[in-house]
Amino acid sequence: MSSLSLAVRDSNTMLRRNLLHARRYPSMTLNLLLTPIMMLLLFVYIFGDVMSTGIGGSDRSDYIAYIVPGILLMTIGSTVIGAAVSVSTDMSEGIIARFRTMAIHRDSVILGYVVGSLLQVLASLVFVGAVGVAIGFRSTNATALEWLAALGLLALFALALTWIAVGMGMASPNAEAASNMAMPLILLPLISSAFIPADTMPGWFQPIAEYQPFTPAIETLRGLLLGTEIGHNGWLTVVWSLALAALGYFWSRALFNRDPK
Amino acid sequence: MPSSVMPTPEWGGGSQSPAAIIAAGLRKSYGDKTVLDGIDLRIPAGSVFALLGPNGAGKTTAVKILSTLITADAGEAKVAGHDLATDPQAVRAAIGVTGQFSAVDGLITGEENMLLMADLHHLSRREGRRTAAELLERFDLTDAAKKPAATYSGGMKRRLDLAMTLVGNPRIIFLDEPTTGLDPRSRHNMWQIIRELVSDGVTVFLTTQYLEEADQLADRIAVLNDGKIAAEGTADELKRLIPGGHIRLRFTDPAAYQAARHALDEVTPDDEALSLQIPSDGSQRELRSLLDWLDAADIEADELTVHTPDLDDVFFALTSNTNIPTQSKENAR
Repeated sequence: MSSLSLAVRDSNTMLRRNLLHARRYPSMTLNLLLTPIMMLLLFVYIFGDVMSTGIGGSDRSDYIAYIVPGILLMTIGSTVIGAAVSVSTDMSEGIIARFRTMAIHRDSVILGYVVGSLLQVLASLVFVGAVGVAIGFRSTNATALEWLAALGLLALFALALTWIAVGMGMASPNAEAASNMAMPLILLPLISSAFIPADTMPGWFQPIAEYQPFTPAIETLRGLLLGTEIGHNGWLTVVWSLALAALGYFWSRALFNRDPK
Repeated sequence: MPSSVMPTPEWGGGSQSPAAIIAAGLRKSYGDKTVLDGIDLRIPAGSVFALLGPNGAGKTTAVKILSTLITADAGEAKVAGHDLATDPQAVRAAIGVTGQFSAVDGLITGEENMLLMADLHHLSRREGRRTAAELLERFDLTDAAKKPAATYSGGMKRRLDLAMTLVGNPRIIFLDEPTTGLDPRSRHNMWQIIRELVSDGVTVFLTTQYLEEADQLADRIAVLNDGKIAAEGTADELKRLIPGGHIRLRFTDPAAYQAARHALDEVTPDDEALSLQIPSDGSQRELRSLLDWLDAADIEADELTVHTPDLDDVFFALTSNTNIPTQSKENAR
């Protein structure tokens, strides 16, 4: 068997194992979905009138349009925490030691984690997106190409954060440490333009809010779905995503290939 | 590493049976703690080799190195003819490992664990199902096949672990303390399974802290102590290493004890227990002459036991010398 087909076959086996875990123990994935959905409902139905005025909108539906792209990217940040936790738990299990002593494609364990987590994130995005549509989010002016670009953006950003989360899981000795390390992935959206425009934040804080990975991605998604100004946010998002994905890739592999304790 | 520092082990072949595992000068340390301090091994194909040692002697580290899980700091080893350092994937294709801590996926069922192994060994779906079913049956796990492995008892997990190891039909199997923590029945079951493996021609590298286990299963035993091999040989060869055989006489009457003590030479007295140890090989002749002599002297012992050296004696003799300095060091702290 060629090394490529070996890689594909073993990675696929690992992927099926991870999806089996996720299907049989869905509680963690569902728990992680609660955060973005609660945020969405809280900001729309409890704070919605004030927030709407704050962004210069006329009623609550304006704020729904504003917040849903942010919530979608927040969904990515919060669901990949599940990957960090399950990778760190899995890595402490004897089965991983067994995989290391088998003649399988070396990267298949990591690739299984990444693809499995990515599929879970995409499923979560579909679910949260459906909630957004159900409470009134509409994208009326986007062309098919813009929709495609929006989906591509979400997938790319999800891939980047998944690689980072897998690296965090590899670097953590246990589930608690992993979820602590992954905290920034859920905190960064809170200090992005997801809920309020970055230019309404204190002046000293604006550069942080504007250039951290979430804000450019959120602004790009808004631009694609709602026709707002994208500007430099498009390429910033691509650069951030590729950099994070590459960092996560090399980090995870280096951690996996070092001698286990 | 420079090959000049290597001793000259026979890399397989020769007049001896081919070696399944051969190692020279394996070293490993973690920080300033030396775990393996130069290990040489030669294990003929088709034999059972036991690495025996107390906790912390470095047994698991040796298995981890030979099974490609970790790399040695120095030394060279070939497993199934493949060099550990340059061709670990070929080594992995030839071996099966059952670690000290169950290497099963607890979240999925026993059957799914088996099918996972079948997939990773690239068996066809049909062949995978057949192999899984066969091994589950052989290891008495058919009834539990549909339950998550996390719900299994210790003995069942260990059997599943070994069944998973056998999916790829490995020619060399590493068993790291396969019976630690098992109840006596499960332990005997495991022994039976290991004997069956050997009769199929598989080479078994076993670590254990139980002397009886090594005695029961192994063709050759190496005693590992403080990262070094203290002795190596068959169980009988090891037993011959130390003079442990004696006859023990125990008295309840102090007067009889004193009489016997003074009348016999070459005895090791124990005044508190009122017992005497007389060196002996335990043969009928020696026993009879001792009994005749006791009768003639009109000395009656309350208890007589014949003690032949066993692996315990060897083990304690080999591992105690090196322990003493360590202990006194600890006491001095």
